[in-house]
Amino acid sequence: MPKNNAIKKVLVIGSGPIVIGQAAEFDYAGTQACRSLKEEGIEVCLVNSNPATIMTDKEIADQVYIEPLDIKVLKEIIIKEKPDSILPTLGGQAGLNLGMELAESGFLEEHNVKLIGTTAETIFKAEDRQAFKDTMEKIGEPVAASLVVKNVEEGIKFTNTIGYPVVLRPAFTLGGSGGGIAHNEQELVDILTNGLRLSRVGEVLVERCIAGWKEVEYEVMRDANGNCITVCNMENIDPVGVHTGDSIVVAPSQTLSDKEYQMLRSSALNIIDELKITGGCNVQYALNPDSFEYCVIEVNPRVSRSSALASKATGYPIAKVTAKIALGYNLDEIENAITKKTFASFEPMLDYCVVKIPRLPFDKFITAKRTLTTQMKATGEVMSICDNFEGALMKAIRSLEQHVDSMRSYDFTQLSKEEILEQLKIVDDRRIWVIAEALRKGISYEQIHEITKIDFWFIDKIAILVEMEDRLESEELTVDLLREAKRMQFPDNVIAQLTKINEEKIRHMRYENNIVAAFKMVDTCAAEFEAETPYYYSVYGSENEAIETKPEKKVLVLGSGPIRIGQGVEFDYCSVHCTWAFAKEGWETVIVNNNPETVSTDFDIADKLYFEPLTAEDVESIVNIEKPDGAVVQFGGQTAIKLTEALMKMGVKILGTKAEDVDAAEDRELFDKILEETHIPRAAGGTVFTADEAKEVANRLGYPVLVRPSYVLGGQGMQIAFSDEEIEEYMGIINRYAQDHPILVDKYLQGKEIEVDAVCDGEDILIPGIMEHIERTGVHSGDSISVYPAPTISDKVRETIVEYTKRLAKALHVKGLINIQFIDMDDEVYVIEVNPRSSRTVPYISKVTGIPIVDLATKVILGETIRSLGYEPGLAPTADYIAIKMPVFSFEKLRGAEISLGPEMKSTGECLGIAKDFNEALYKAFLGAGVVLPKHKQMIMTVKDADKEEAVGVARRFANLGYKIYATRSTAKYLNDNGIEALRINKITQESPNVMDLILGHKIDLVIDTPTQGGDKSRDGFLIRRNAIETGVNCLTSLDTANALALAMETANGKLTPVDIAKVKNA
Amino acid sequence: MKSFLILEDGTVFTGQNVGSTRDVISEIVFNTSMTGYLEVLTDPSYAGQAVVMTYPLIGNYGITPDMESNKPWPMGYVVRELSRIPSNFRSEGTIQDFLQKNNIHGITGIDTRALTKILREKGTMNGLFTTDENYNIDEIIPKLKKYHTGDVVSKVTCEEKSILKGNGKKVALLDLGAKRNIAKSLNDRGCEVVIYPAHTTAEEILNSNPDGIMLSNGPGDPKDCQTIIDEIKKLYNSDVPIFAICLGHQLMALATGADTHKMKYGHRGGNHPVKDLATGRVYISSQNHGYVVDTNTLDDKIAKPAFVNVNDGTNEGLSYIGKNIFTVQFHPEACPGPQDTSYLFDRFINMMGGEK
Repeated sequence: MPKNNAIKKVLVIGSGPIVIGQAAEFDYAGTQACRSLKEEGIEVCLVNSNPATIMTDKEIADQVYIEPLDIKVLKEIIIKEKPDSILPTLGGQAGLNLGMELAESGFLEEHNVKLIGTTAETIFKAEDRQAFKDTMEKIGEPVAASLVVKNVEEGIKFTNTIGYPVVLRPAFTLGGSGGGIAHNEQELVDILTNGLRLSRVGEVLVERCIAGWKEVEYEVMRDANGNCITVCNMENIDPVGVHTGDSIVVAPSQTLSDKEYQMLRSSALNIIDELKITGGCNVQYALNPDSFEYCVIEVNPRVSRSSALASKATGYPIAKVTAKIALGYNLDEIENAITKKTFASFEPMLDYCVVKIPRLPFDKFITAKRTLTTQMKATGEVMSICDNFEGALMKAIRSLEQHVDSMRSYDFTQLSKEEILEQLKIVDDRRIWVIAEALRKGISYEQIHEITKIDFWFIDKIAILVEMEDRLESEELTVDLLREAKRMQFPDNVIAQLTKINEEKIRHMRYENNIVAAFKMVDTCAAEFEAETPYYYSVYGSENEAIETKPEKKVLVLGSGPIRIGQGVEFDYCSVHCTWAFAKEGWETVIVNNNPETVSTDFDIADKLYFEPLTAEDVESIVNIEKPDGAVVQFGGQTAIKLTEALMKMGVKILGTKAEDVDAAEDRELFDKILEETHIPRAAGGTVFTADEAKEVANRLGYPVLVRPSYVLGGQGMQIAFSDEEIEEYMGIINRYAQDHPILVDKYLQGKEIEVDAVCDGEDILIPGIMEHIERTGVHSGDSISVYPAPTISDKVRETIVEYTKRLAKALHVKGLINIQFIDMDDEVYVIEVNPRSSRTVPYISKVTGIPIVDLATKVILGETIRSLGYEPGLAPTADYIAIKMPVFSFEKLRGAEISLGPEMKSTGECLGIAKDFNEALYKAFLGAGVVLPKHKQMIMTVKDADKEEAVGVARRFANLGYKIYATRSTAKYLNDNGIEALRINKITQESPNVMDLILGHKIDLVIDTPTQGGDKSRDGFLIRRNAIETGVNCLTSLDTANALALAMETANGKLTPVDIAKVKNA
Repeated sequence: MKSFLILEDGTVFTGQNVGSTRDVISEIVFNTSMTGYLEVLTDPSYAGQAVVMTYPLIGNYGITPDMESNKPWPMGYVVRELSRIPSNFRSEGTIQDFLQKNNIHGITGIDTRALTKILREKGTMNGLFTTDENYNIDEIIPKLKKYHTGDVVSKVTCEEKSILKGNGKKVALLDLGAKRNIAKSLNDRGCEVVIYPAHTTAEEILNSNPDGIMLSNGPGDPKDCQTIIDEIKKLYNSDVPIFAICLGHQLMALATGADTHKMKYGHRGGNHPVKDLATGRVYISSQNHGYVVDTNTLDDKIAKPAFVNVNDGTNEGLSYIGKNIFTVQFHPEACPGPQDTSYLFDRFINMMGGEK
C-alpha cells in the first residue's frame, strides 16, 4: 500500500526526561522518525518535556512543545494544533502510555485524531498482562506460568501453587521498575507491595522463575500488508534474571543453532502478526539451554532500547522505517538507506559481531547495591563491533570509560578459590572479571557454568583473553604474538603493562610490522551488495576498506561516549549540531563515538561514522586513515576534552579554543593567575594531592570546604567537608582511582548560583541568557532547578557577570563555547568554575532564547565573528518567556543510593517548564518531572538544626495549602513553638507508629529531610529518604526546592498554555 | 599448517588449514547465513563448489543432527574463524573433526569479507585450495579456468528408490540432490513420499500413480541435465500436480521452452525477499542458486511469474497456465533459514486435492 495521503499533520510524542530505563535511545528514535516524516512532506508537531534532546529542535519538527508529558497538556496541544494523527510508538513507555490514555478517554475520536503506528487494541494486547497471556495462549506461544495479581494475598496464594522462586513484573512500568525475583514469602511480600504501588494500573504479574535460561531477543518489523521481517536477534550473555538493559548483549546470537534461531524467529513473526503491529516491535524469549523449550518473556509494541541497539548493530534504521510504515508504506516500498539498491523488506546479515555493555552508575553511587536484577540500573550503554567476539568485548569495555581495559581491570586476585566460587554467585557488573579470575585459579568451565549459567562459549572466550594476557606476561613478545593480541583488540597500554615493554616501543613495533587497524563497513548485507554508507568499525589482520576521501576540508568530531550521570544526551546534542554546522560550511565531517543510543551514531548524521572506543589509540587509527584537517573536542564533554593532548601529539589541529587554554581553566595555579590578572574574585583555595595537604589547606581556609578532583564532569567526587575526618574520607574515595591531576580544596561560599553559557570569537562574546539556580550553592548545578532569565539578581550583578564572562573568555582565548558558574553572595560576584567547552545547559538555553549557540560557536571556530553572524555582542535581549529547567532523578531504581543533594551530580535527566509567567513555568516544570501534588495532603518534615528557622516559613506555606505536617521531635517542637501545627512522630528506632510506618502507609505526599551537610551518617535520615523514594513519595533535601514546590502548588489549577518553541525568536 | 586459496583472477588468500590437505579445484561461492552452517555443508546443491561463509564465527554450536543429507558436499570450506569449543545441548562434535572426517579442505583465518567483495564484483570464480607453499600461479590459472562443475546431479542423487511412509497423499519426489527437509515437510503433512533417483524415467514415476510430483533442488548448471529435462517434459504433459524447487524449477522452465542463465554471483543466504505476485505479500526466503530462469524467454501461454525477488527483480517462481504446476526458485523447506514460505507445501497438498 502506498502512502496514506489523508495523513498531513502528525503529533509525535517523545519520552520525556532521561531516567534509568528510558534514555537517549528515544531521542534517536524520535529524531529519526521526525526527519523521516518531514521527508514525506508531513507537518510534524512534537511534544517532549526534555529540552536536552535533538528532537526538540525547531529544525526537526514544525512545531515544538517542550511541555510536560501530561494528558491535560497534550489535550491542549491537540486542540491548538489540530493534528490528524498521533504517533505514540516512538516515545518509549511514556509516549505509549499517553497515547493509550488519550485513546481510552475518547478524546481522540472526539477530535477526529487517529492513532497511527499501532492501534490501541494492539498496545493493550501487548501491554496488559492478562490480555497478553490470553493472546499467546490463543496462538500457541508458550509463556511461563503466571498470574496477574492485584494484591499481596493473591500473589502468595498463586506462588504456593507454582513454587518459589517467582519473578514479579509490575504492569505498565518502564525499565522493569519495581520488579524482582522473590525466593521466599518475605521477599515476595516486599517486592509485590512495591510493585503494586508503582504499576499504573495496580497490577503485578507473578511468574514461574526461568532464571538461568538463555535470554534472546528479536527485533521484528511488520507493515499493514502483513509483511514481516526480523531485523536482528540478540543474545544476552547474562542469562534470564538480569534485566536486558543491564546485560552484556551480543548480536547476532552466538550459541543458537539454526533450528533454535528459526524456531524463535518464526514465533516472533507469529506474535507480531497476531498482534497486528505496524512498525517495529521487540520480542524477548527465555530459551531452555538443554532443550527446545522456550517462553515468551515480553513484547514491546514500539521502538525500544533494543531497537536502537539493533539499528546500530545492523544499519537497519528501525525508527525511520516505523515512521514510513505508519504513513501507510509497505516494507517493499521503502528503500534500504544503506545500500540504496535494496529495500526495507529484507533481513540484515551481519559479517561481524556486536557487543553491548551497560554503563552502570556504581562509580557515582558508591553506597548503592551493585547487584543486577530484573530492575534496570544502567544509565547508558556502549556498543562495539569487530570480526571476532574477543575483540568486540575488549573494545566495549574500554569504551565504558570506567578504568577498565582488560580482564584484569577489577582485581580479585586476593580472593581464595573458595571465595571466588562464592563471588561467582553474586550477579553484578564485575561478573566477567570474576570469571576471568576463576579461570586463572583453575576453576573449570563446568563449575563456572553451574553457578552463573553463562554459556560455555562465552566462558571460553573469556578464557581465550585470559590466556592471551598470560602469554603476553610470560612469553617474549614476537611479532606473531603481538599480531594475535591486536586481533583480539588488546590496546597497546595493556600489552605494555603485561609485557613490561614501554607503550611507545610497542606502538613502534606495530607500525614497523604493519600491524595497524583496518576498517570494515557496516552494510546490512554482509558485502552481498555494494553499499554507499561509510559506517565503519576497526579490525586487525584484514584489508582496509574505508574509502579514502580528500575533500578540501575535513573535520573529526569526537562524541561523548556512553550516557552517564553528569554527561548526558546534552553533549550528543552539541556534537550533532556541531557536525551539521561544519557540513553547512562545506566541510566533510567524521564522527567517532561508541554509544548506540544516540543521534550522533546514526549513519546519516556525518559524512562518515566510526563506531569506536574514544581512546587515544583507537582515535589515532582513525586519524591515520582520515588525516583530518582538524578536530573539535569542545562539544563532546569530558570524553572528548580528555583526548586533546593525544590529538595534538598525532599532529591533529584542535579547532577552537586551544588545549593550553583548556588546561589553564582546569589547572589551579594557571587559573588563579588569570583571575588575578583579570581582577575576578573566587573562593580562596589550594591544590593538593594528599589528605594531609588537604587538611592543611582546609584548616587554613576554615571549614566548610569544597573538595573536588580536577578534570571531571558532573562534580564527580565533589564533596563539602566539615571536618578533618570528612576530608580523610573524601580523599580516600577520590583516590580510589589513580589521579593524574591534582585535587582542589576551596572555601565553601553559600550564595545564589548563577550560570552562563557564552560564545566568544576571540574578541567579543555573546551571552544568550543568564540562568539562576533556585538552590543555593552546594547543590550541583546539574541537580539544581535553573531559571532563565535569572529572576532575582540585581542590575549590578548582571553587569558584573557579563563583564567577568567577557574578561575570562578573552583571557582564556576562547574560540567557541564557554560555560561559567558564579556565586552571587550579597551582591558580590565570585567565580566558581570555568569550562571552555559546551555544557549541560547549552541545548536548554539555545531553545529558550532561540539563539543556536552550537551553530554560532562552530562558525566562530571557522573564523566568523559574532558581529558578522548578525548578533550584537554582550548579553542578548531577554526572551519574553520564563523557562525553568528541572532535574529528574532515578533514585527509585538504585537500591541503597544516597539521594540527598550535594556538590556531586545525581540527576539522570531534566525537563522544562516554559510560560509567560514564573509560577506557571515552575508548575509545568514540576509537572514535567512527575511531581503531581497534592494527593493526600500529609507530609513529614525533619530538618537539621541550622535549617529550623527557615523551615518555619516552608512549613507555613504547606500548612496554608492544607497539609497536615508530621515532624520528628525537635523539628515538631520548633514548628509548634513558632505557631505551625506539627504532629510529633517517633523516629525509626523508636516504637511504632513511627516515621517509617507513616511512609509505608501510603498516605504521605512529601518528605522534607535536610541532612546534616557533609554526609549524614545517621541510619535514620538515610532510611527515611530511601524508603520515601522506594515507596514513590517525593523527597526533598533542600528547603529551596521545597519553597519552589510550595510556590508551584499555590499557583496550581490555573490554565496551562502550551508554548511552541519553534516560534520563540530573539529580537 | 598454512592453506592457500588461489582464485582465477590471481588473487591469493592465505589462512590456516583445517580438515583435508588435498588440493581441490572448485567453484567458489559465498553464503550469507548467520546460522545453519551444517545445513549449508550438507546441502547437495553445493556439490562441485566451495563455500565461503560471510559470517565470521562458525562452529559455535558444533555438529548437531541437523544434516540435510548423508554427508557434506562442498569440496572446500572458507571461514574467518572456527570456534575453539562447540557449545550446544545437541552438539555431537566439532566442525574441525567433521571436515577432517569428510575430507573437506577448509581454510580459516582469512578475510572472508574481502573475498566476498571480490566474488561480488567479479562474479563467481573458480579457485584452488592447496597447502603447497610452492604453488605456481601461472600453471594453476589455466586449470582453474577449465574447471566446470559438470553433471553433478548424478553424483548427489540417491542410488535407489526409498519410501517415507504416510497416510495422506502419495508424492513422488525426484531427487536431483534433495535436501532432507523437502521430504520431511511433505511427510510431516501426512504424505507418503517415494524418493526416486534423478535418472528415473517419467514413465516409471507416472506408472506408480502418484497424487503429485515433487522436483527437488540440486547442484550445477541446469543445462547439464538434458536427459532429465526430457523426462520432465513428459511429466509436464501428464495431469499430475507438480511442485518444484530451485533446480527442479529451472528444469521445468527449460523443459517448457524457457531459458536460464548464470547469475553474476547468485543468491545464497537466508534473507532474500520474494514477493508473491498474486497477493503482494513479501516473504523472507532461504536461497541457494547460481542460475536463474530468464523471465524474457517465458511463453505467456505456458507460464507466468508467480514470485519475484524484491532486491534485483529476478524470477523466483512460476505458475503454469492450465496446469496444476507451480515452481519456486527459493527454498520453502528452509534449513537453514526462514520458514516463512513453508505454506507452499500446504498449497501443494491442496493442489493434489488433499487435506493437510
